[in-house]
Amino acid sequence: MPDDLKHLVDALQTVPQEAGVPKPDPILVADGVRRHFGGLTAVDVDHVEIQRGTITALIGPNGAGKTTFFNLLTGFDKPNEGQWTFEGRQLAGVRPHKVAQYGMVRTFQLTKALSRLTVMENMRLGAQDQRGEKLFASIFPFLWRKQEDEISERALRLLASFNLDQKQDDMAGSLSGGQRKLLEMARALMVEPDMVMLDEPMAGVNPALTQSLLDHIRQVRDRGTTVLFVEHDMDMVRDISDWVVVMSQGRVIAEGPPHDVMSNEAVIDAYLGVHHDRPLTDTGEALTAHPEEA
Amino acid sequence: MDWSNVFSQAFTQGIGVQAVIFAIAAIGLNVQFGYTGLLNFGQAAFLAVAAYGLGVSIAFAGLSIWVGLLIGIAAAVLLALLLGIPTLRLRADYLAIVTIAAAEILRLVFRSVTFNPVFGGSDGINRFADDFYALNPFSAGVKIGPIDFSANDMWIVVVGWVLVAFLSLLVFLMMRSPWGRVIKAIREDEDAVRSLGKSVYAYKMQALIIGGVMGCFGGFVAAIALQSIQPDYYGTELTFYAYAVLILGGAARVLGPIVGSVVFWFMLVFIDSALSNAVSSGAITFIQSTQVGQIRYWILGLALMLLMIYRPQGILGDKKELSLDAR
Repeated sequence: MPDDLKHLVDALQTVPQEAGVPKPDPILVADGVRRHFGGLTAVDVDHVEIQRGTITALIGPNGAGKTTFFNLLTGFDKPNEGQWTFEGRQLAGVRPHKVAQYGMVRTFQLTKALSRLTVMENMRLGAQDQRGEKLFASIFPFLWRKQEDEISERALRLLASFNLDQKQDDMAGSLSGGQRKLLEMARALMVEPDMVMLDEPMAGVNPALTQSLLDHIRQVRDRGTTVLFVEHDMDMVRDISDWVVVMSQGRVIAEGPPHDVMSNEAVIDAYLGVHHDRPLTDTGEALTAHPEEA
Repeated sequence: MDWSNVFSQAFTQGIGVQAVIFAIAAIGLNVQFGYTGLLNFGQAAFLAVAAYGLGVSIAFAGLSIWVGLLIGIAAAVLLALLLGIPTLRLRADYLAIVTIAAAEILRLVFRSVTFNPVFGGSDGINRFADDFYALNPFSAGVKIGPIDFSANDMWIVVVGWVLVAFLSLLVFLMMRSPWGRVIKAIREDEDAVRSLGKSVYAYKMQALIIGGVMGCFGGFVAAIALQSIQPDYYGTELTFYAYAVLILGGAARVLGPIVGSVVFWFMLVFIDSALSNAVSSGAITFIQSTQVGQIRYWILGLALMLLMIYRPQGILGDKKELSLDAR
């Protein structure tokens, strides 16, 4: 990890371990973001900050609202209330493609490789400000040929770092599940984002590929891109994250470095239920202790 | 049986004016449906507004044919905006419902008694394209092998195929550009394209307009070739024949609409004239000549079904590409 980025990760050591704690150099700050589906409150985040230049994991049991929170932050869903800023820019109500243009790019839980485009075309699609994407310029190749070559070169370098350069002319639909995850991540990097948001990067990936995928995510951070990811796999979270934010029932319930947060009682309760560590008789007593409720 | 007459008719119609009209309509649909994945079930409306734009400008307003063409194109752009603005932010099916309804509404307005002085009611607008035929360089009919055109037919068919070639070249250039890449990516997965910073709505709107404007040239050709604009020509069948042509030739292939249209009209006319010939010469006795018109569609429908079963990608399509799952 380059030294000029290391201090951003190190700065987290002095941050207190409590939910909604301010960070020394936040890239993303969310305030009072709430999303209801009928009577259900899927997301109810009072305050959360994401430290620049780090890998932050967003964990929580099923139905905790992690993916919904992702969708809200990236404009794919609209909150009932709430504000959030990215690099100081207000993002509430901004359309998803604008969010991406501002430098916050996401991937999806169900991989969205564009099957009937080649791997290379998938990559080129990620590049921004392409002259050839204008309708009238498109029919005059001399207007965009040079830029296209530069984009292809950059795409090829990225593909090589994700071990996908051999596949560049294959249809994306012919890739394996793990390769599609890699392609989606590489494609997101073609946007040259300041922050990538990975929704379950490990879901459906062959365990043999896991380690190399982790290395790729570290690589992304070491280039200076902030990473926020949703994950179920605790080993992975422990392995690569610099900071962990835990959600349960739509709320942020704990924050901290991976090792500490996993021994946090609120977190264990959220994952395993409140009574998991008490003997059964204890629970039984607790019930019989209030006979008037029965 | 007079086979040479059967083949002469089939070849002539296979490259004739109907083949041109449907090739152009299908080129527009190819941009919308084949490449972008937009379900436009109202392509007939784009041809209709173009034809009526041209006809009304000349016959009612007394403008020149060139102004009429511009008005027709403007009408197609306006129609695309009108259809696209409310629906393109919604799921794909909404566009399908709105386009098919809008096309029928337009046809009924064009043939209504209320607007009879402008649109000519169910008789439509007739004999307004003499200016076009005044430019005809062919002084006599043309007969090459089995192909046989009158002078005026030859003129509109040549202009028509030049148009087809030009529009196909445009589609070819657009679809190999970064613009075409975004368009094809939208067909695969809109959200992925949004997440990469492209305004899906703007691109879908562009594709709807481009496809509509391309298709509207089919309306010009139809109006000029027949010297007549009949409202009922622009019914839903026109749209669905154009889809048949596109899928037969191969969607998302530059030459798909051309191959599809030629094969479609060759087959239709071949079946028709072969059956008529067989009936009139006594080779087939169990059907009458008046039934041939219906039976040719049965046979064509059967042929299309067999094609969909054994070659779902169409004549020029790529089966491997079709078999890739769309996720």
